[in-house]
Amino acid sequence: MKDQKLPDNSNPPDKAAKAFLLLALSYLLTGMVLGVAGGFQYLYPSFLKDRLSFQQTRPLHVYLVISWIFTAAQAGIYYYLPRIAKRPLYWAQGVWWHFFMQLTISVFIITCFFLGYFGGREYLEFPPWLGIFIFLSWVPFAVNFFFTLRPVYKKAPVYIWSWSTGILFFFITLSESYLWLFDFFNSNIVRDLTVQWKALGSMVGSWNMLVYGTGMYVMEQTSGNDKPAKSPVAFFFYFLGLTNLMFNWGHHTYIVPAAPWVKTVAYLISMTELLILAHLITQWRKTMSKARKNYHLISYRLLSYADAWILLNLVLAIIISVPAWNYYTHGTHITVAHAMGTTIGINTLILFGSVFYFIQQANPVKAEKSKKLAGTGILVTNIALLIFWISLLGSGIVRLTGKLNNQSFYAIMKKSQPYFKAFSFSGIFVFTGLVILIVVSLRIILSKTEAPATRSGQDYSRQPAIQEPLKSNNISALNLADTSQEKS
Amino acid sequence: MSKIWIFACLFGLYLLYSFTVYTKGTEQHIPLPATTQLQVNKGKQLFQQYNCVACHQLYGLGGYLGPELTTAYSDPGRGETYMKVFLQSGSRTMPDFHLNNDDVNALISYLKYVDETAVTYKAY
Repeated sequence: MKDQKLPDNSNPPDKAAKAFLLLALSYLLTGMVLGVAGGFQYLYPSFLKDRLSFQQTRPLHVYLVISWIFTAAQAGIYYYLPRIAKRPLYWAQGVWWHFFMQLTISVFIITCFFLGYFGGREYLEFPPWLGIFIFLSWVPFAVNFFFTLRPVYKKAPVYIWSWSTGILFFFITLSESYLWLFDFFNSNIVRDLTVQWKALGSMVGSWNMLVYGTGMYVMEQTSGNDKPAKSPVAFFFYFLGLTNLMFNWGHHTYIVPAAPWVKTVAYLISMTELLILAHLITQWRKTMSKARKNYHLISYRLLSYADAWILLNLVLAIIISVPAWNYYTHGTHITVAHAMGTTIGINTLILFGSVFYFIQQANPVKAEKSKKLAGTGILVTNIALLIFWISLLGSGIVRLTGKLNNQSFYAIMKKSQPYFKAFSFSGIFVFTGLVILIVVSLRIILSKTEAPATRSGQDYSRQPAIQEPLKSNNISALNLADTSQEKS
Repeated sequence: MSKIWIFACLFGLYLLYSFTVYTKGTEQHIPLPATTQLQVNKGKQLFQQYNCVACHQLYGLGGYLGPELTTAYSDPGRGETYMKVFLQSGSRTMPDFHLNNDDVNALISYLKYVDETAVTYKAY
C-alpha cells in the first residue's frame, strides 16, 4: 500500500486496478464452477439437489459472471484512465471505497443465495435492498471517470463515449429494474414484464458499451494507431449501438401483450444490426490479416476470436429478431446459445484481451514467458465454446420442434439429453480453457516484475514500469514512451 | 459539438419513449376483485421469494430446467390439479418447498392471472 501514502493527486491507483482485476478473476472462476455444476443438474437432476439446488446455482452463476464482466471492465478503465487523461485519478481513495463496497455487497449477495433469501427477479435474483448499495458502489467509479477525463472530453475518441454511455445507462437501467417495487408496475403483470425486459435489455447494452470501449482502447494501443477510434465510421457505429441499447430490447417482448408499436420499433431497430454485419464482413479480410500480422500478441488473438464470435452471434441475433421466428425460438436454448456466445465468445474474450494488455504492461518479461500457455488456453476455450454453442442450438431446435408437435415437457427433455451431455462436457473444457487463462493472468499479476530485457527485437525497457508508483509529472512521458514503442 | 447534439436528441427520445412505454399500451385489462387481487399479489410474492424464475419462465423470462408457466393454467395437459401436485410435493427435479394450502392457492391464483393476460401467446 505504498501508493496510499502518497498525496491523493500524485499517483495512479494501479494497485487498486490490480485488486479489481483479482476480484474479477475470482468472480469468473467461482461463476464458472457454479455454471458447470448447474450444467450437470440438467443431466442428473438429483445432483446437489438438497445442498445446492438449481434454484441457487443458477442465480449464483448469473450474478458472478455478470460481476466478472462489469468488474474486469472497471479494472481496465481504472488502469487506463490516468494514461488517457495524462493526469492522476480525480479521487484516488474513491477507488478503494468502490472496491471494498463491492466486495462487501458480493459477500452479502452470495450469502443470501446460499441461505435461500431471494428477490426472485431475473438477473437480479438477490433481495432488492441490495440494489441500493450496488448503485452507491458505482458512484466513486463514475466520479473518478467523469472528473478525471474532463480535460479530454472535447476531442474524446469513441471508446470514451462508449464507457461514458455504459456508466450512465448502468445507473438508469439498474434504477429502472427496481420500478416493480412501486404498485403501479407491480400490480400489472404486462407492465411489469415489459419494463423488466426493457431495463434488462438495456442493461446488457450498458455492459456491452463498457466492454466494447475497452476492446477499442486495447486495439488502439496495440496497433499504435489512434485514428480509427476518432473516425466518423467509429462514431456512426457507436450511435447505432446506442440506438440499439435504447430501443432494441422490445424484440424480447413479442410474446408479451404490450402495445404493437413497441414491437415494430424493436424490429426495425434490430434490423439495423444488418449494417453492423455487413460492415464486419467487408472488414473481415482486413481484420484477419492484421490479426495474423500481430499474432504474437495474446491480446490480438483474443480480439480476433471475439471478432469471429461477433459474426456468429450477430447472424443468430438477426434470425431470432424476426417476429415469426422469435415466438418459437424464445424460451428455448437457442436464446441461451446467443447469451453464452455473447458473454463468453465476445465479452469474456475482449475482457481477457484487456487483462493481457494490462498485465503485459505490468510485467512484460513474465507475460512473454507465459505466451505459449495462454495460447493453449485461448485455443481450448474457443474449440470447446463452439461445441458448447452448437449443442445449445441443437437442444433449442429439439425444444422448438417439440413445441410445434405439441410434445410434453418430459418428452422434449428426454430427447434433449444427448445435447445436454454435449453442452455439459464441452462446458468442462470451456472451463478448463478459461482456468488456464486465469492461472496465467494470476501468475503474471502476483509475480515480481522481472528486469526488463531485450528480446526478439523488442525493447521492453521502453515499456512503462507500471508496478512502480507513478508520479503525476511522469505519466505523460511514460504514456508517450508506451505509444512510441508500439508504433515502432 | 454535433456528436453531443446527436446524443442529446437520442437521449431525449429515449426518455420520451420510456415514459410512453410505462403509461401507454400496458394498461390493466383484467379487472380483479379486491380479494383476488390480494391473492394474486401474495402468489407473485411467493413466486419471487422461492426464486421460481431460476427454473421456470413467464413470458420468456427465467430458466429452462422446468417448463414454461405462462399458459400452464389453461394447458389441457397441465392445469390447476397437475400444478398443485408439483407445488405440494415437488418432483425428482423440483424441490419440495413444504408449502401450505394457502400458499399453493395463492401461487395458483397468480398463475391463473398470468394465463388470462397471455392473449398474444395463445394467438400463435
